[in-house]
Amino acid sequence: MTDRTAETPAVPSPPLKERLLARLPYWTVPLLALAGLAAIADLSTWTTLTLAGLAMGMLIFIMASGLTLVFGLMDVLNFGHGAFISIGAFVGASVLLALGGWTASSSLALNLAAVCLAIAAAMAATGLLGWFFERVIVKPVYGAHLKQILVTMGGLIVAEQLIHLIWGPNQIPLPRPEALKGSWVIGEVVVERYRLLAVAVGAAIFLGLRWALVRTKLGLLIRAGVENGEMVEALGYRIQRLFVLVFVAGSALAGLGGVMWGLYDEIITAQMGLNILILVFIVVIIGGLGSVEGCFLGALLVGLMANYTGFLAPKVALGSNILLMVAILMWRPRGLLPAGKG
Amino acid sequence: MLKALLSEDYPRSRLLTALLVVIVAGLALAPFVFPGIRPLNTAATICVFIVLVASYDLLLGYTGIVSFAHTLFYGIGAYGVALALDAWPASWGAVALGTALGLALAMAIALLIGLFALRVQAIFFAMVTLAVASACLILASQLSGLTGGEDGLTYRVPHLLSPAFRLVDGKVLGVRLDGRIVSYYLLFLAAGALVLAMLRIVNSPFGRVLQAIRENPFRAEALGYRTAVYRTAATVAAAAAAALAGALMALWQKYTGPDTTLSLSIMIDILLMVVIGGMGTIYGAVVGATVFVLAKNYLQLLMAAAAGATAGLPLLPQLVSPDRWLLWLGILFVLSVYFFPSGIVGRLRGRGGEGGAPRG
Repeated sequence: MTDRTAETPAVPSPPLKERLLARLPYWTVPLLALAGLAAIADLSTWTTLTLAGLAMGMLIFIMASGLTLVFGLMDVLNFGHGAFISIGAFVGASVLLALGGWTASSSLALNLAAVCLAIAAAMAATGLLGWFFERVIVKPVYGAHLKQILVTMGGLIVAEQLIHLIWGPNQIPLPRPEALKGSWVIGEVVVERYRLLAVAVGAAIFLGLRWALVRTKLGLLIRAGVENGEMVEALGYRIQRLFVLVFVAGSALAGLGGVMWGLYDEIITAQMGLNILILVFIVVIIGGLGSVEGCFLGALLVGLMANYTGFLAPKVALGSNILLMVAILMWRPRGLLPAGKG
Repeated sequence: MLKALLSEDYPRSRLLTALLVVIVAGLALAPFVFPGIRPLNTAATICVFIVLVASYDLLLGYTGIVSFAHTLFYGIGAYGVALALDAWPASWGAVALGTALGLALAMAIALLIGLFALRVQAIFFAMVTLAVASACLILASQLSGLTGGEDGLTYRVPHLLSPAFRLVDGKVLGVRLDGRIVSYYLLFLAAGALVLAMLRIVNSPFGRVLQAIRENPFRAEALGYRTAVYRTAATVAAAAAAALAGALMALWQKYTGPDTTLSLSIMIDILLMVVIGGMGTIYGAVVGATVFVLAKNYLQLLMAAAAGATAGLPLLPQLVSPDRWLLWLGILFVLSVYFFPSGIVGRLRGRGGEGGAPRG
């Protein structure tokens, strides 16, 4: 009996062209930025728009990452995610408005403390709500897509009405803290201060998620669950616990995104969740359902596209994202970087 | 006669039959039994929504497709008539042309969406249609030169349908037979014909294949049915019916705007009506739309009374305030998905003991 393993030749590395093609999804963001530069043809305007687009993309990413993880792990498409975004924004707004003294002062430290408190409150509220949502609303319908969509949509409707009940029917203006207002002008490039904060928070979330997913045991289990949940269960891990954990984390991220987006728009309404959910869906589809990295790429693409077209042809701004989605799906029917599904 | 009309798909429950007879009779005699502008408007809305909800049920209940673009087709039908009557003098030719163009466009878009989105993962379809529908809503309010933007379009309808027209001089049974009554009956008859046509579709061999796809797409495919083709055909048929419902609504309201035709809240209303009425039964659409529209129009009055009665108590007045009616219907919706997924119709049929309602 010969040892066959010794005879298997080393896998030859594929030719350069194939390796480049496999990496192509990562190049879409710089390629789109270059295309934008060619279309706008003015460096300082382009830099301003690109920074704004990256900031918007980061904000969308924060909200989309939870949705895509929940889908990847549990195979649940959660329309209720929109409700978490709205509720996060309203809880955060209540905290920020209560801390009026802190936000009105021009000290950056006090401002950031107020924002952090608002975010913590929002994340706690939406995380708790997510726990309730998973246990009561989603758990009975695991495995039934149609019912999931209907039930989570129902949850969204009820949550929207509850917001009206608690915070009243009107939209609430949410001014940014004093130190985060306004913008810096460097040469001819305009950088809004708040957008810089958005980029920083988004990048931190992305790196944190990546670290947690790649470097920790928990992340390993979650990735294994996305790949093949039954096998994880067979190996003796309680996948239900992972489900709850990821759902709560995803909901908390939605709450965080809601606060950030509320400060970005400076106004919050009960319907904001549903409206943002549409953008989030586009991002998640572009990125490939279940993939955090794909979601990040998709969010940046959508943010850039929205800002470029908003400048070049304002009337087709939202349509441009649909076109982007169609183009990506024509190229890759499962999105840029689909997560493996066993 | 009745057998041919109902395509051998009877209500199969005495209570349900009685309920349907009451609804149809109520709608048929609405102008005489409930005189006044508001009841007539409610009855007309019920007629249009019955068609719209039944066509959505063709997708959701019979084929198992979740689409959020249904209001898009409804809106296209409505805007077809509205734009034609806006551009040309009010004549039947303009109405026919507008309806035909709206119908053709709706079917073409449904075909495109179907061919494109139904081939990728099924769960994408819900998301893709939601995105497309919201983009079109924004498009309709942005292209203000064509569609009148947020304000919408107000136009004149053919003389026969206008309130100034008199069918006979004097009153019949205490009601003046003016153009409103004529247009109500046009709406009623067209809605009835469309519902019966859809009943015919779902009970045809084609409809059986759709139900097979809903129950088990793999098995349907294995039996040799090309599921993508059938799903697309169902989407196109549903879009056609929705566009016609939109055209009827445009004729009735003499106004078409983004909020009354394309908005997401109407889509949510349709979803609630289908599920509360009963998925996978055309009769469910009739019951669901009637219950929902009546609730929307009259539950609020009831709730206002309840809010008045509980004025002194904490929280309760807010919970029953007339603006919160959707809260209660939303809770009813969630509960009905869990506990009676076959809706009111399934419940009534279950009690009747004959035949099981299809699984949702």
